[in-house]
Amino acid sequence: MSGVNELRIVGFLCNWCSYGGADAAGVGRLAQPTDLRIIRMPCSGRINPLFVARTLLSGADGVLVSGCHPRDCHYAEGNFYARRRLEVFKRLLPTLGIDPGRFEYTWVSASEGQRWQTVVTTFTEQIHRLGPMPRFSPGEACVAVLAESGG
Amino acid sequence: MKIGVFICHCGSNIAGTVDTAQVARTALEFPDVAFATDTMYACSEPGQEAIVQAIKDHGLDGVVVSSCTPLMHEPTFRRTVERAGLNRFMFEMANIREHVSWIGKDTEANTRKAAELTRMAVEKLRRNMPLFAKQFEVNKRVLVVGGGVAGIQAALDCADGGREVVLVERESTIGGKMAKLDKTFPTVDCSSCVLGPKMVDVAQHPKITVHALSEIEDVKGFVGNFEIAIRRKAAYVDWAKCTGCGLCMEKCPSRKSLDRFNEGVGTTTAINIPFPQAIPKKAVIDPAFCLKLTKDKCGVCAKICPTQAIDFKQQEALFTEQVGAVIAATGYDLFDISKYGEYGAGKLPDVITGLQYERLLSASGPTGGHVQRPSDGREPKTVVFVQCVGSRDKSVDRPYCSGFCCMYTAKQVILTRDHIPDSTSYVFYMDIRAPGKMYDEFTRRAMEEYGARYVRGRVAMIYPKGDKYVVRGADTLMGTQVEVEADLVVLAAGAEASQGAGKLAEKLRISYDKYGFFLESHPKLRPVETNTAGVYLAGSCQGPKDIPASVAQGSAAAAKVLALFSKDKLENDPMIAAVDIRRCVGCGKCIQVCPFKAIKEVDFRGEPKAEVIETVCQGCGLCTATCPQGAIQLAHFTDNQILAEVNALCLA
Ligand SMILES: Cc1cc2nc3c(=O)[nH]c(=O)nc-3n(C[C@H](O)[C@H](O)[C@H](O)COP(=O)(O)OP(=O)(O)OC[C@H]3O[C@@H](n4cnc5c(N)ncnc54)[C@H](O)[C@@H]3O)c2cc1C
Ligand code: SF4
Repeated sequence: MSGVNELRIVGFLCNWCSYGGADAAGVGRLAQPTDLRIIRMPCSGRINPLFVARTLLSGADGVLVSGCHPRDCHYAEGNFYARRRLEVFKRLLPTLGIDPGRFEYTWVSASEGQRWQTVVTTFTEQIHRLGPMPRFSPGEACVAVLAESGG
Repeated sequence: MKIGVFICHCGSNIAGTVDTAQVARTALEFPDVAFATDTMYACSEPGQEAIVQAIKDHGLDGVVVSSCTPLMHEPTFRRTVERAGLNRFMFEMANIREHVSWIGKDTEANTRKAAELTRMAVEKLRRNMPLFAKQFEVNKRVLVVGGGVAGIQAALDCADGGREVVLVERESTIGGKMAKLDKTFPTVDCSSCVLGPKMVDVAQHPKITVHALSEIEDVKGFVGNFEIAIRRKAAYVDWAKCTGCGLCMEKCPSRKSLDRFNEGVGTTTAINIPFPQAIPKKAVIDPAFCLKLTKDKCGVCAKICPTQAIDFKQQEALFTEQVGAVIAATGYDLFDISKYGEYGAGKLPDVITGLQYERLLSASGPTGGHVQRPSDGREPKTVVFVQCVGSRDKSVDRPYCSGFCCMYTAKQVILTRDHIPDSTSYVFYMDIRAPGKMYDEFTRRAMEEYGARYVRGRVAMIYPKGDKYVVRGADTLMGTQVEVEADLVVLAAGAEASQGAGKLAEKLRISYDKYGFFLESHPKLRPVETNTAGVYLAGSCQGPKDIPASVAQGSAAAAKVLALFSKDKLENDPMIAAVDIRRCVGCGKCIQVCPFKAIKEVDFRGEPKAEVIETVCQGCGLCTATCPQGAIQLAHFTDNQILAEVNALCLA
């Protein structure tokens, strides 16, 4: 079967810039690996880092977040908040036992189809180098998260 | 819940690499899916009818269409389900074209991916709620930024449509580049005869207010209710008193000031009215050259001004305007030709830009319309034109075509012959771009009737030899080297985004491309709209454009604004935040982060609670990601919906 060695990669993209950039890549027929599935968000500022954690713990091997370039946010400043939250979150990943390379955030504008192609290709390669995410049983994962969050 | 799923072929666009029938069969297994089918063109009339019919036949209460990007047809399908009696938010879309069929050729992988994206949409739809728009007042004034021909056209059309217009122009006069042109292609009619009356119309129109010498400082609010802060630079002349008589210009002793209007060809006085037809026709002092402002000497203008308009202490002013829509028409600027060191541009006095040449050709220019070399005032007999200087050249990061240079060079060739009948013109070009009506005929006339020698090839270098300039290049058609001894060299400097365009875009919250040109909402179907409601584009701020195209866009943007203002109330997008007051602990974090000040604190039985102002909320969801209690949720993008999408992709 073709594509069997696909890994599970989930993308959270803001509607105004990066979703449009991914569309632009499509319109330009810029070939990309097929692993990624995109969830449309209004703004990168809508992304709760816990979504990323939940996604990784639920079976994804990688998560990609992309928003508007800094200063270019459709809602003025959503991506600044996103940057702060996601940067802190990325540093926290090792404590959750997750390789920080499984999560990246970046900025792609609606006109940057080629950039989107590069981002997807590079990130997919990166996840394939890391391989499938090691799985605990669901119970273990919960315990691990709770233990780390001190709860 | 009963969900219907429609998998679009989009002709072969999707069906070519996705087994759409298979996806439909798979979809039937998803929870709550009562009906699933593939369809040839979901957006076509029969395609939409089939959706309406299925809703009725199967009693559906939600629909998923898997097809192209929702940025394109989400509104279309929302109307479709509404026609069948559903709430338009009981609809979801899966993007299986731009994000699937167009980016991969593996049918099996694509089919699986399309099915998963469809499942994701179904899971989201299962948690959708009907949403209803709220109405709000719209301020029916429009702000036009940039008073070039595009902005002028937009302003006049809006004003003629009965709306109040505020026109903000950075320079001391409107007119833009067109005001600097001598004649215009392809008719060779006089630029100021065409533009001048329009400028006068702007000045005299009771519904238009012009703020010249001004720029946008800040933009607050949203469609229907923008608050624009405007900064007006100091003119050092009280414009309420200045009559534009020009006496000050006659007497000003500081005559070596940079002549911006004439593109630096020649100099002008420190106090200046850029050209006789300027609108507004008011004097401005250039503080860099004024003897009073630099050395506290002179002050002649203040002494002779008949209306005592001179005010050396004038400060810049900051004020606000309330409008309901904005048209950006900030035009373009010229590529800095000095980046081509091999052409000696910026160093050799007789190597100039096309726009400088327009000023030399113009009867109102610094030479009174006599073509003279800047170096010695001699009439040139051999003029060489070089195309694509800062266009179509990756080495200077300008890979795009500036569009109008081929045409204006043909025009300048014709005018050169008219001015100097015994002159010869050479044009070094890459390709001739003349796609408009009568354009190709026009460039042919330049060659055939006016005997211009067109040489296909790039110029390698330009260097002085005696009082002439050697232009050395290749003739790629003949396969030979060419050297021409020129008296004057005119470089067709490419168009680039107007200075500060990126900053303005950030204030207006619109996107721009890597070169600084503003991004339209859709390149074909929404060419003058942006992704920010209430903000429109006109003219070459969106990409290089000639006058006919700029004017057409000015009118198009005005039509969009007039359509927006034809309603007395606008409807908000109901995908906004709502507070669950039982969960809200009144911490106020959402109030702090909201970029639109759309959340206020209210008192509920003695306790502070957050409340969303529904017509102000723009639906970004920043608050939802901030609230420590999960008490404020963005409708249509709730935590539950997003996690359901995640689960559909990861756990299924
Ligand atoms: C040498 C030359 C010859 C040409 N000849 C022809 C011809 O013969 N026929 C033809 O059809 N086309 C010709 N063109 C093209 C023509 O100049 C453009 O099509 C036209 O000027 C575009 O109009 P616009 O209003 O979009 O931009 P512009 O003319 O550039 O006007 C933009 C205006 O916005 C103002 N502005 C910019 N930024 C701001 C800001 N941040 N805030 C406030 N105001 C701002 C500027 O000061 C300017 O007044 C020629 C171009 C050149 C360079
Ligand atoms: S003060 Fe003197 S130099 Fe300055 S503008 Fe007036 S006349 Fe010219």
